[in-house]
Amino acid sequence: MQLQNSSILPEQASNFAGGVDALTLYILGTSLFFALLVVVLVVIFSLKYRRKKQTEIGVPVHGSVPLEIVWTLIPLVLAMVMFAWGAVIYMDFRRAPSDTLDVYVIGKQWMWKLQHTDGRREINELHVPVGRNVKLIMASEDVIHDFSIPNFRIKMDVVPGRYTTLWFRATKTGRYHFYCSQYCGTSHALMTGWVTVMEPAEYAAWLSGGAQDANPAGAGEKLFTQYSCNTCHLPTGKGRGPSLVGLYGSKVKLADGTTVQADDAYVRESILSPKAKIVAGYQPLMPSFQGLVTEEQVLSLTAYIKSLQAPAPASEAPAEAPHMGKK
Amino acid sequence: MSATESRPAEQFPEKHYLNADYGIRSWLLTTDHKRIALLYLVSVTFFFFIGGIFAGMIRLHLLTPKGALVSPEVYNRLFTMHGVAMIFFFLIPAIPAVLGNFFMPLMIGAKDLAFPKINLLSWYLYMIGGGLALFSFMSGGLDTGWTFYTPLSSVYSNSAVAPAVLGIFINGFSSILTGLNFLVTVHTMRAPGMTWFRLPMFVWANYATSIIMILGTPVVATTLALAGMERLFHLGFFNPQLGGDPVLFQHLFWFYSHPAVYIMILPAMGVISEIIPTFSRKPLFGYKVMAAASLAIAVIGFLVWAHHMFVAGQSTYAALAFSFLTMLVAVPSAIKTFNWTATMYRGSISFETPMIYAFGFLGLFLVGGLTGLFLGTLGVDIHVHDTYFIVAHFHYIMVGGAVMGYMGGLHYWWPKISGRMYPDTLARFSAVVLFIGFNLTFFPQFLMGYAGMPRRYHSYPPEFQVLNILSTAGATVLAVGYILPIIYLLWSLRYGPVAGRNPWPSTGLEWQTDSPPPTENFHVTPTVTWEAYDFENRPDLGLDKPLKTDDSGRGHD
Ligand code: HEC
Ligand SMILES: [Cu+2]
Ligand SMILES: [Cu+2]
Repeated sequence: MQLQNSSILPEQASNFAGGVDALTLYILGTSLFFALLVVVLVVIFSLKYRRKKQTEIGVPVHGSVPLEIVWTLIPLVLAMVMFAWGAVIYMDFRRAPSDTLDVYVIGKQWMWKLQHTDGRREINELHVPVGRNVKLIMASEDVIHDFSIPNFRIKMDVVPGRYTTLWFRATKTGRYHFYCSQYCGTSHALMTGWVTVMEPAEYAAWLSGGAQDANPAGAGEKLFTQYSCNTCHLPTGKGRGPSLVGLYGSKVKLADGTTVQADDAYVRESILSPKAKIVAGYQPLMPSFQGLVTEEQVLSLTAYIKSLQAPAPASEAPAEAPHMGKK
Repeated sequence: MSATESRPAEQFPEKHYLNADYGIRSWLLTTDHKRIALLYLVSVTFFFFIGGIFAGMIRLHLLTPKGALVSPEVYNRLFTMHGVAMIFFFLIPAIPAVLGNFFMPLMIGAKDLAFPKINLLSWYLYMIGGGLALFSFMSGGLDTGWTFYTPLSSVYSNSAVAPAVLGIFINGFSSILTGLNFLVTVHTMRAPGMTWFRLPMFVWANYATSIIMILGTPVVATTLALAGMERLFHLGFFNPQLGGDPVLFQHLFWFYSHPAVYIMILPAMGVISEIIPTFSRKPLFGYKVMAAASLAIAVIGFLVWAHHMFVAGQSTYAALAFSFLTMLVAVPSAIKTFNWTATMYRGSISFETPMIYAFGFLGLFLVGGLTGLFLGTLGVDIHVHDTYFIVAHFHYIMVGGAVMGYMGGLHYWWPKISGRMYPDTLARFSAVVLFIGFNLTFFPQFLMGYAGMPRRYHSYPPEFQVLNILSTAGATVLAVGYILPIIYLLWSLRYGPVAGRNPWPSTGLEWQTDSPPPTENFHVTPTVTWEAYDFENRPDLGLDKPLKTDDSGRGHD
């Protein structure tokens, strides 16, 4: 367990860590410069202009326009550099690449349930291979949580009612703490765990080891029958609802004339609040499954619908519409 | 007091606002802004100590990684109630409702605020709100965090959320009415000759603060009311299971609660802008720029709220816009800092207690403001958000900045409020204790935050223990710095030397009248013929003429 050593900067273990620390040091340098400047001036003035005679007054200097301009512009420029640099890191942080290994993460009071796409489940543990882009697709069963990995320098809230994503590429093998960073009630502080970053071979061995759980798509297939989705959604397209084959990743025409990208969020919404977006040519007959299915089951159903994929078309789909499975 | 020694000793006035009338009724039904300010002084001090006790228990608990003192349920209540007591019932009213209430009318040469009865009503609303909050603390406590994030607060929390929310809602009206009262007062009650650009900076600061109070408070009051209704009647505003949106709550909440930081810090800045010229015996450097910066902070402050939500799932482009605006709002704060420093240039500087507090303010506000840059920058915020880094940052601003300003103001105006001086050496000592204790408490929190310790954790990994112990040790020093002033200020009420009208001396109108002032403030309505902080043209202060006039920097303001 080589962990946060006691130095000021904690260990850097992801593609983001170096950039975040560099920007931190830039801001720190700029801040120290200005803080020292002000402190030194205050000390010098205090010594040099201290009152020497009880009735003495200061020299009535009222101000200086050039000085005001100088000390408006310099901080402005420096602050804009910080903004721009920070924005570059952030854009990278928010836009996952398309070749990610996906892991589903569900936060609930007070534990993390994680599931790999081939079915391996973990609780408060996350195993990932080093050097590989990983994307966490996260949902919450109850309140807002936040998945945060300080050694990777990233975090993202896990919000009920929607998916959020968090991607990274671990750069160093080892065990790193992850925390829930959004206060979520009584045992918030116990919602922590470990990311284990492994060599790819080791990771593959880990994946195949252990009791093999049903993969999410398989579990989804069962649910699809259990909740009678199959009575309306026939693969032929002749049922009361549209066929779901090839849906995932495609563009769907809606009754109001607009089109949407069928991604995780869309499928989730179609199950939980079907009336929000009605597919063109269909009646709004689908009942809402809000409250009937858990977030975990939604993820399984989504995985099943994804697996109904016709061979993947060359995709210009954005990061929000990831492709399943390992390449 | 050195300044008083050189002047003829003054008598304590025979009739003043404190002895104008006696008995409980004369206080509880008063419409005198000065007495109402004292009612506030007592009540905000009460909440400060309630909040302080919670803070002390938090720090004790965190001495060990497993938590040394209380269960998680209790710990969560402690930090929540600490936040609610300190923010809504101490920091927000402290400077405006105590010092602003007392001194704004005096500083502009008015007899009272524009609406004295509404002023009293504000205090009663505050007390009702505070009472409800206390009721919530005692009947099950509150464990939602002072931020009341939904759906935790509106569905999942098992604590007394409804009375607390109602209390804050009612207290909001107190704020709104105070803001309204201040705005109307500044517009309509200025003495003859008191033009806008002769207003002391403290008045400008309270003016800017009042704008925020009026525009922002209704939003937070409504938002909390909606959360309360969701909790009580299961109306779906924020709970996704009822079709609501939890992130909407955060937008609405921060729309007020970010500007609320400026409600705390702007008046403190105003106090500092009074103290530094007085103890440098020099005009405030860049008066108009300072006034404009206060207004700019108030206005831009309304456009940055979503910097609390960079990792809350909002859109990437929204985050970019809010980060940009946040970095902009840093600029007027920087300008103010430079102007305070420049005010000391070629001054005649003395180091009585208020000036020591002003130095303390400058130091802590610098750290607080500069660390805000880390948080406003998207790339760093994704790491430090919701860690102890942010806890340290906002304590530097809200305790380091606002409370130092408040203490500075209290010491600066105490001779006027009470008519007596406190022991200056002891007071200076306690200001230094406060400064050191504060840094010991909160500086280690920056380090543990960057190392990854999340906030609001009742237990933590052992590698953070050393820093936590340091922080707790600092808190004990800090406590001494808060308790000492209570003792010597109370002592001075009886035993302090008579202060006289203008002990420092200072140029403001409030120093022209008796200490303590008569109920009607001025025996004759004053007429203003001088600019703010104009020591040069004030023979009545008994000071020298300036040795040399500096032409290079003149004639702009
Ligand atoms: C009563 C029939 C019915 C049942 C049962 C039903 N659906 Fe639907 N579903 C529909 C209809 C009709 C539509 C198209 C209208 C709309 O968008 O609401 C639809 C739309 C959808 C869509 C969007 C399809 C597209 O082409 O964009 C998805 C995804 C979906 N359903 C999933 C499910 C799942 C999963 C279940 C089971 C948990 C389910 N449905 C159960 C009738 C049904
Ligand atoms: Cu949590
Ligand atoms: Cu803010």
